Amino acid sequence: MTNELARRTVLLGGIAGLSLTASACSVTGGGKSKGGSGSGKGTISALFMKQAGYSEADIHGMIASFESKHPDIKVKPTFVAYEALHDKVVTAAPAGTYDVELIDVIWPAEFASGGLVTDITSKMPEDWHTRMLGGALNTAEYQDKYYGVPWGPSTKLFYYNTAMLQKIGASKADLDTWDHVLAVSRKLKSHGVCKYPIAWSWAQAEALICDYAQLLGAFGGSFLDSAGKLHLDSDAGVKTLTWMCQTLKDGLTNPGSTTFLEDDVSKSMAQGQTAFSLNWDSTYRDLNDRSISKVVGKNGVMATPKGPSGKQPGVNGAMALSIAKSSKNQDAAWKFIEYVTGEAIQERYIKSSASNWKASYDKPKVIATNKPVFDAYKVALRETILRPAVPGYNKISQGLQVEIQKALLGKKTPSKALRDAQAASNT
Amino acid sequence: MMRPGRTQEFPQGLAVRPKKSNGQGKMAFWLLLPALVAVFGIVIYPVVRTLVISLFEVNSVMATDTPFVGLGNYEKVLSDAGFWAAIGRTFYFTVTSTVLELVLGLALAGLLNARIRGRWVLRTIVVIPWAVPTIVNAALWKGIFNAQYGALNGILSQLGFQSDYRAWLGSPTAAMNAVIVADVWKTTPLVAFFLLAGLASIPNDIYEAAKLDRASRVRTFFSVTLPLLVPSVSIVLVLRTVEAFKVFDIIYGMTRGGPANGTQTIAYYAYTSAFSDQSYGMGSAISYLIVIVILLLSAVYLRALRRSEMSLL
Amino acid sequence: MTLRKRDSVLLHLAAVFTAVVILVPFLYMVVASISPQSNLISKPPKWIPDHLDWHRYSDMFSGSSAAGSTFKSAMANSVIVACCTVAISMVISIFGAYAFARLEFRGRRMTLMMFLATYMLPQVALLVPMYIILSGFGLLDSKIGLILVDCSLVIPFTLWILSNYFLTVPRDLEDAARVDGCTRVGALFRVILPTAKPGIFAAIMFSFLLAWDEFMYALVFTSSTNSKTVPVAISEFAGRYTTDFGLVAAGGVLAALPPVIIAIVFQRYVVSGMVAGAVKE
Repeated sequence: MTNELARRTVLLGGIAGLSLTASACSVTGGGKSKGGSGSGKGTISALFMKQAGYSEADIHGMIASFESKHPDIKVKPTFVAYEALHDKVVTAAPAGTYDVELIDVIWPAEFASGGLVTDITSKMPEDWHTRMLGGALNTAEYQDKYYGVPWGPSTKLFYYNTAMLQKIGASKADLDTWDHVLAVSRKLKSHGVCKYPIAWSWAQAEALICDYAQLLGAFGGSFLDSAGKLHLDSDAGVKTLTWMCQTLKDGLTNPGSTTFLEDDVSKSMAQGQTAFSLNWDSTYRDLNDRSISKVVGKNGVMATPKGPSGKQPGVNGAMALSIAKSSKNQDAAWKFIEYVTGEAIQERYIKSSASNWKASYDKPKVIATNKPVFDAYKVALRETILRPAVPGYNKISQGLQVEIQKALLGKKTPSKALRDAQAASNT
Repeated sequence: MMRPGRTQEFPQGLAVRPKKSNGQGKMAFWLLLPALVAVFGIVIYPVVRTLVISLFEVNSVMATDTPFVGLGNYEKVLSDAGFWAAIGRTFYFTVTSTVLELVLGLALAGLLNARIRGRWVLRTIVVIPWAVPTIVNAALWKGIFNAQYGALNGILSQLGFQSDYRAWLGSPTAAMNAVIVADVWKTTPLVAFFLLAGLASIPNDIYEAAKLDRASRVRTFFSVTLPLLVPSVSIVLVLRTVEAFKVFDIIYGMTRGGPANGTQTIAYYAYTSAFSDQSYGMGSAISYLIVIVILLLSAVYLRALRRSEMSLL
Repeated sequence: MTLRKRDSVLLHLAAVFTAVVILVPFLYMVVASISPQSNLISKPPKWIPDHLDWHRYSDMFSGSSAAGSTFKSAMANSVIVACCTVAISMVISIFGAYAFARLEFRGRRMTLMMFLATYMLPQVALLVPMYIILSGFGLLDSKIGLILVDCSLVIPFTLWILSNYFLTVPRDLEDAARVDGCTRVGALFRVILPTAKPGIFAAIMFSFLLAWDEFMYALVFTSSTNSKTVPVAISEFAGRYTTDFGLVAAGGVLAALPPVIIAIVFQRYVVSGMVAGAVKE
């Protein structure tokens, strides 16, 4: 009688163990729910994010007009924070919770190679290749196949404080290259206009890689070599990182930058403490919002300055809509994606997010909604630099973030840091 | 362990091992059955599944090609410098925060137990940090330490202690210490309340007796109070160590492991491996290594505490 | 000044100092929650807001903005989830803890170790398999699902502290009750529970916060206003590119209220337990 408890506990465990082996289709326990194209009607679940770009209200509006056009399809939206989006897609994949998923530009390689999202190349109409902006189309491209439709292209633009420029008699024309930006910064500093003219989002986060990518592009570099292999310690890379470290040493970059995310950068501009920064398109609206900004009407925005290479690509920061591989209703999901990424819908909500479509940028009515930003976009989106489309991107990015920060904090030389990042990415 | 003479009068009922008697196994089973079902019914499948996964090379939650690698993931993790660095940082966080919380918590519990005017006001105030959700606490201290508009920079500059704003979360060591400050602020009250409940169960006449013996207050504390607090302290020590070793939320909210990985603790490392990197097998192996370390730590504690004859184990 | 008096003054000084250290960060949060956003980023800081900005609170009470309505339902979800979790866990744990503290059976140490071991598991380890189970039972994004997983988190904790507190209850008291004709369960309710009151209320307080504060499970297993809890709702205030710290602060102040109320009510019982403790000897 005394070993009753132990025996029954073992029994409980045994039952659990048995049920485990019985249900073991794959190691993760997933893969049970095979996806399918479905009937093209019924209910689909869609995963969105809460902030930036289209708002919840926008998306509800789009769904309502989609449902009125397709009465046999119902769309159930879910909104999560951007920070939770990636891990939500991953944890939900084995259970097949969502049909449509919003994904970031840096995830297609990972999700495609991991079998989380479907290849939609054959579904995409031929003329999209000519009608869509080149800097948008490549958002969800991996190994010459498409795994999602871009939903609002986005890149980092260059913001400047016009009042500060006036004080030293400089203007937008003096900011055409990064060298000139530094020259103006030195002047601002020596005239005591501001202590640290430039702020960056260099915290240990993807934001750091966005800034780095944009600078790397300006220095004529790329994350990949000519054979398409990851090459982090290229000459251009070392030059870029050395340049970044130097601006810190010269006191032109705010030393707090290594703790800043985009939000902090935007706020330091809004405070009127910072003259220059790179940030996303939504920042222009925030800087001119009286309730959160002290520099209303004193802001300029333009495409990123040119580097020594004469290039000025923006970093591709778009999102895309994908179909989950485990979705059982992929045809209906595609209908929805096709509708909300369409020219008509994107132009209707142009105030929230830019359009994928070249034609939109020729329509004065559309441009007028946000002229300074669209003018900058016209230049910036001509060519975008992609962060490397490799399946293990997150890991590589994290390794690179850490190594870049070590260089910025003076713990390693730039070339050593990038060599170490490259070495770590090889394992 | 030094034992004060008076505690020998403590009721015999405290003897840990109950007498044997028949039929208790059956009764124990029925009493424990709800707990067993509620906990293991939920946990056993994930626990076993994760253990299985840790023996395979799984590079995506949807992976179909998952070769069996035995202890390969464990070998890989154990030979990874990043893992050991994260373990080192986690130990630093655990030891520093637990010691601070225990010492400050003990002092605070004493203060809460002392005869002071408006004691209930203090007791109410002390509850506040504990009630602030961790995610908010992280945002709060991130705001306080902000390099550009943070309250700490503001107040230090206005009082003339520093001429310029500083990036408090800017270097790896400083950021880790900042996280510890945030954790200590929130958790010390919890520890204090735990110890207060322990203090509350110490009979007054023991103190009266100590007073009659003309024992100094310091002596009374070390020879009467502390030994009687051993059960509470041991619970706090084990719980805080376990919690601190698993620390995740506050790092997620405050620093995301940065700068330069300076605050990347082992649980955060496991999380990024399993989800961000989708090295799901590796993440599972790291999780099990965390469990092993925590078990070892707890075993050491419990062994030390068993000598106090107040422990269940 | 007598020794006693000097001590008393020192004690009061220490109490005031402690109160300040504890209150200042919280007050900063309260002030931030009613400051206009532009004040929050000013340098040097504005400790007193230009004007009181209550819109964040009114949004949350009326549920007029998107963030406000999410927060409102999250608050209700959190209360339900935390209360149910605490109630279920406490009832289950009281019986279990009694078995651990008072009964002799084979595998007792083993069983307790197993419970403790589950408490030591990092939640990260269990996320995906648990998600699959919840999804299989249709419990994703539901309060019941969250209560179940929270219970599995809280019970090992409450079992362990309650067992320890029950151990400190003198066996003689229980024996006396049983001589008077009480069953074991009767003695548990009539003798052990009243005597272990401080421990029980402490356990309730801690398990409530554990459930209230739980973030990772809620983050992964919930997705709509059906079941999203307060920490998840607040984490969503932080925008991808821009965050209103004041909104996070306001959410934090409101989120801190229920635990504070519970603690204020219950700490009185912890105190009254103290009196009982003095009497029992």
